[in-house]
Amino acid sequence: MEWLSASLEAILVSPFRDMFSMPDFLLQVVWEGFVSGILYALVALGFVLIFKASGVFNFAQGIMVVFAALVLVSIHNMGVPAWLALVITIGVMGLLAIGIERVVLRNLVNQHDAILLMATIGLTLVLKGAGQLFFGGEPKSMITEELGLPTGSSDWEVFDGIVIFQHIDVAAAGIAIIMVMALAIFFSKTRIGRALRAVADDHQAALSVGISLHQIWAIVWFASGIVALVTGIMWGARSDVSFALEIIALKALAVLILGGFTSVPGAIIGGLIVGIGEKLFEVYWGPLFGGGVEAWFAYVLALIFLLFRPQGMFGERIIERV
Amino acid sequence: MKSKILISASALFVAAACAMPVVQAEDSLYLPSMSYRTGPFAGGGTPFADGYADYLNMLNERDGGIGGVKVVVEECETAYNTQKGVECYEATKGNGALAYSPLSTGITLALIPKAPVDQIPVFSMGYGLSAAAIGEKFPWTFVYPTTYWSQMSSILKYIDSNGGVAGKKIGFIYLDAGYGKEPLPLLEQLSESMGFELAKYPVGGKEMQNQSAQWLNVRKDRPDWMIMWGWGAMNPTAIKEAVKIRYPLDRFIGNWWAGSHNDLQAVGKNGKGYLAANFSGIGQQYPAVQDILKHVVDKGNSKVASREAVGNVLYNRGLFNAVVLAEAITVAQAKTGKAVINGADMRYGLENINLTAERLAELGLADFTGPLKGSCEDHEGAGAVFIQQWNGEDWEKVTDLIEPMTDVVRPLLEDAAAKYVSDKPDWEGQTCG
Amino acid sequence: MLYREAGQFKTSYAADQAMLPIRQDRIALVLLLVVAFLGVPVLGSDFFLSSIMIPFLVFALAAVGLNILTGYAGQLSLGTGAFMGVGAYSCYKLATYFPDTNIIVLVLASGVFSALIGVAFGLPSLRIKGLYLAITTLAAQFFLEWCFIRIEWLYNYNDSGAIEVPQRMLFNIAVTGPHATPTTRYLVILSIVAIMTLVAANVLRGRIGRSWMMIRDMDIAAELMGIRPLRSKLSAFAFSSYYCGVAGALMVFFWLGSAEVEAFDINHSFLILFMVIIGGMGSLTGCFMGAAFIWVLPVIIRAIPPFFGLDMLAATTEHISNIIIGSLIIFFLIVEPHGLARLWQIAKEKLRTWPFPYASS
Repeated sequence: MEWLSASLEAILVSPFRDMFSMPDFLLQVVWEGFVSGILYALVALGFVLIFKASGVFNFAQGIMVVFAALVLVSIHNMGVPAWLALVITIGVMGLLAIGIERVVLRNLVNQHDAILLMATIGLTLVLKGAGQLFFGGEPKSMITEELGLPTGSSDWEVFDGIVIFQHIDVAAAGIAIIMVMALAIFFSKTRIGRALRAVADDHQAALSVGISLHQIWAIVWFASGIVALVTGIMWGARSDVSFALEIIALKALAVLILGGFTSVPGAIIGGLIVGIGEKLFEVYWGPLFGGGVEAWFAYVLALIFLLFRPQGMFGERIIERV
Repeated sequence: MKSKILISASALFVAAACAMPVVQAEDSLYLPSMSYRTGPFAGGGTPFADGYADYLNMLNERDGGIGGVKVVVEECETAYNTQKGVECYEATKGNGALAYSPLSTGITLALIPKAPVDQIPVFSMGYGLSAAAIGEKFPWTFVYPTTYWSQMSSILKYIDSNGGVAGKKIGFIYLDAGYGKEPLPLLEQLSESMGFELAKYPVGGKEMQNQSAQWLNVRKDRPDWMIMWGWGAMNPTAIKEAVKIRYPLDRFIGNWWAGSHNDLQAVGKNGKGYLAANFSGIGQQYPAVQDILKHVVDKGNSKVASREAVGNVLYNRGLFNAVVLAEAITVAQAKTGKAVINGADMRYGLENINLTAERLAELGLADFTGPLKGSCEDHEGAGAVFIQQWNGEDWEKVTDLIEPMTDVVRPLLEDAAAKYVSDKPDWEGQTCG
Repeated sequence: MLYREAGQFKTSYAADQAMLPIRQDRIALVLLLVVAFLGVPVLGSDFFLSSIMIPFLVFALAAVGLNILTGYAGQLSLGTGAFMGVGAYSCYKLATYFPDTNIIVLVLASGVFSALIGVAFGLPSLRIKGLYLAITTLAAQFFLEWCFIRIEWLYNYNDSGAIEVPQRMLFNIAVTGPHATPTTRYLVILSIVAIMTLVAANVLRGRIGRSWMMIRDMDIAAELMGIRPLRSKLSAFAFSSYYCGVAGALMVFFWLGSAEVEAFDINHSFLILFMVIIGGMGSLTGCFMGAAFIWVLPVIIRAIPPFFGLDMLAATTEHISNIIIGSLIIFFLIVEPHGLARLWQIAKEKLRTWPFPYASS
């Protein structure tokens, strides 16, 4: 029995004791989790945009993040000024969106979910190959300063300790918030945004009132391309731009389960739950399991969550009929 | 229409299957290069493969090959993937391959048992299975000039000479895979005998670019020194995270896969002070490197990204790999009297290699690395490394060669080799002396 | 002309329900088996056997496993790699504990462990469907991968963290380990794969198989008609994981010889999924076609530039083969969502009516 109470204490008591004995550190952990949560949320946001409008579960969102960042950095490295490189990259993402709509989506209308998902897996391979073919596979550093993003850090003295805020992380959080707000306004106030919501509600009804599905799809893919670019810049600034990022982006899938496939606020809140949860779990509970638990925490959390609420936090209730 | 596609596709299948084996000319020395210019570790694989190929091509251009026989270098892309690596091996071994440098722990482990059967030595330069340093047990595997374990002991000696290790806390951040876990048994043993506390921070292979949790733990534990066994995208991320938590970088030492130009150029000035182990010289000042520039790079026969990339850490390491193989060929040619040798001769050459300081100078690589002498028992050689430091723009060598703690490492290596062989009843070792 | 079943009459129910009702198909299968068992080992080079045929068969078996789950039972899984890993690691442990037992028995037994784990991770499928389920199988993938690293017992506390295959004999011939010749290994794998495919074909057309297909086509309707979702979904997971597990054990024991966790990572889950898509969902023949296609295509692409005397960087061909495979997946999904198997079927239909395609039927 002794080992039982000891392990119960190790799991249930001491992590919390650690948390409260060093509150400044706890704050730092939560902040780090918050920042990575924002990044997960941004990837998830790209998924949600596309899923809402076209019912496509876009597995390629992760590689789009890498691809966008890679295009940006490579164009800049060719000697193009940063702002122009940014504009060109946005253009490339636009062309990509139109291309995907023309070549892939248009031909797969009305197919089963799983088929669409697999088509985006195929797209992942194409983008991976093309990205490496044109720009090389070696990791590149993000052009943080050239883009006018802040560097350095500030301290916040609190609870007899310090919490360090990286300026780039603060900027990431700020940009993410601005972007979500912009998307919200875009969805509710603009003509295209409203058309988009109409398409999300009912494809056929939207078609019958004269909304062009093709156009809407190209627009959402473009929008999520922009989201991917922003994500790529932020994550690239934290480490570097390489194809290894793609796997991290898979975590956004777990985020989607928590938040629901169709909810923008769900993506944000799900992202934050996964981000903060996995950092707390890794830092305070990870050592009990020998560390490295971050690799599966998000997915297992999503799995457990699904058993209780299959439609996600904000997802629409699933009603099935024969 | 569709059936036509089908028929032509199957015809292509058959044609390709027949066309597969590329037969090499009899009078050449065939050295396959298992490179990885794709995948998550491409950043490290590319300069290595460049240095390897360029040195051998330089020998072809300058001296007409080795001993008058041209060297044929054929690259095979492994993407650091074991299955592709094994495929490369199977595809090229029949062409008279003299030696393999698999460049990945996984591929190395897969090839070690095949080496004695196919009679082609494996030269895993400082990586792979540490236990392969024991020549009696692993006649066909060579790990010159060092093993992960010897290096770890050298790094600890460096720490010891900079304020001592006894009573200190040493953090070890590593790639959570065979490669990163390899030095753990040694570290655990040394932490007892040398009296330091060990804190382990594994970084999952999928989480290389998401290390903030590990570094938060570092901040909580406050180790006096950090040692890193990292590779690929893990390295710049770790250094950036260390900067973020304001960990003093001159107390942060990477192993010789965590200290290349590629890693640090991504960090730039912020990485100033970061230390790393290395065993191959840095820069273009060596006459052999100058010859490469003259005979290969300037003629446009190199795949290297830019002229400046010649001489960087990983380029020179790939070059060193080629130097050892070329020297082994020379030794084998001298012994057999044949210009064209086979895998068994190559094994003899590798085992009897003796790169003295004079010989290195002769090769145009004076002070490039320490002297290297192999023997039947010792497939590791000297085992020494030096420590280099990033000054914000380039690497600087800051120590001389640091000898490993052979007295501690060798018995461990012997145990590990015995353990490896124990469940393989018909493993063929060799008796020395 | 050759492929026409006119004149073949069925005189009993058994004959009517035979697996291959057309005589030409039976002859073709026998010929194929003769070529596979005799022709290939005699004519094929070592490289052809060990780097093309052996991987092809291993992946085909894994694709059969995934196809049972995804193509026949309609449950999309992205955890194939991990299930293969469970098979490989359990086979390794079994081989350590029972060094004298026949290695084939151990390989087949290791699939049982994989099946058990598969059932455990299949439990959520009772409540979760479609894409959501696909994501929960990612949980299996990443959690199991972590276990393969963290639980050192699984690889006998080996310093290198890898499992290494011991040598095992069968009738005094080495079948595993470095001394086993490619021909021996190929024949062992071929026998196992052939028998297991036969079993799968029979299970699929039997009661259990048909209940899987009902679940796939519409689970609620199937439930209303008296199919128990619990039993059929979990049995699909068990069967599928068993096949994947055996494939994983074969992969390590008869092909690679040693393996790190990396051999069972998510990329392999995708690789096998591609094989199933390109080959054709819900077709056993398709599994073999898909595996051949995905595994052999890069080999061919690599062989093309030297064939034309071009000096292309190994990496470049790698990228190009990525692009081609990706495009082909999209192409197949658009043009022929049922994959190569469907093309094959169309070709057969054409043959039956050739040379007078408009004459009848």
